[in-house]
Amino acid sequence: MNHQDDNELRELLKRNIPPLGNRDLPRDLWPQMLERLSRQPFHVPWFDWALAALVGAAVLIFPGIIPALLYHL
Amino acid sequence: MELLERFAAGDLEAFEALFRQHQRDVYAWIVRIVRDTGMAEDLTVETFWRIYRSRARFRPDGNFCAWSRRIATNAALDHLRAKRHDTELDENFAAPTRRDPAIQNEERQALHKAFSQLPAKYRLIATLALIEGEPYDSIAEAVGTSASVVKIRVFRAVRMLRKNLSAMGITAGVRQ
Repeated sequence: MNHQDDNELRELLKRNIPPLGNRDLPRDLWPQMLERLSRQPFHVPWFDWALAALVGAAVLIFPGIIPALLYHL
Repeated sequence: MELLERFAAGDLEAFEALFRQHQRDVYAWIVRIVRDTGMAEDLTVETFWRIYRSRARFRPDGNFCAWSRRIATNAALDHLRAKRHDTELDENFAAPTRRDPAIQNEERQALHKAFSQLPAKYRLIATLALIEGEPYDSIAEAVGTSASVVKIRVFRAVRMLRKNLSAMGITAGVRQ
């Protein structure tokens, strides 16, 4: 494939599919964004689950730390 | 606190301000890739949802515009992957011509088919580079790669397009 073939293909594309350039947004999308945010499912990060499991295990194994934990809460 | 810092900390008002500042740029970028105004609106919302979801990973001293464009490109790429074989070329975006409408229509159909047969990542790059005339550097930044990789992908996309068109009896500009 040479440079001329490449240009011919570009011309063919331009002839049939013109560039859109900078299309202006016809309306404000913030209302849709708010709706999307409200649909956001409640999600607990894996790190929080791991931390809760660690604290639960520590309390079961060493019940003596309960007063210390309550003090720090 | 700066707007970007407040956004990274999860402030919804800061996110709204950023959304209003950047929604037009993100939409304009996406519509050039997917060439469908309705889908581009949906993907703009999807992009900002991804941005909001990953706000904790954003560095407030970083470039929000470049970051949002990269996320928008990924959202558009996911769409192209999902809709590979049934995305229609919008007739409203067809170029005006003085040529025989039947030949023009046939040529356009063939190009549409040839384009739809390209793998999504090549289709995205070919659309931006060959149709929109976007500089390789700008595409590379949006895709998260180097300009030389973009150049190689454009070259491969042209080769694939030529092969697909040739299988349909069309060479660049001249019917066989």
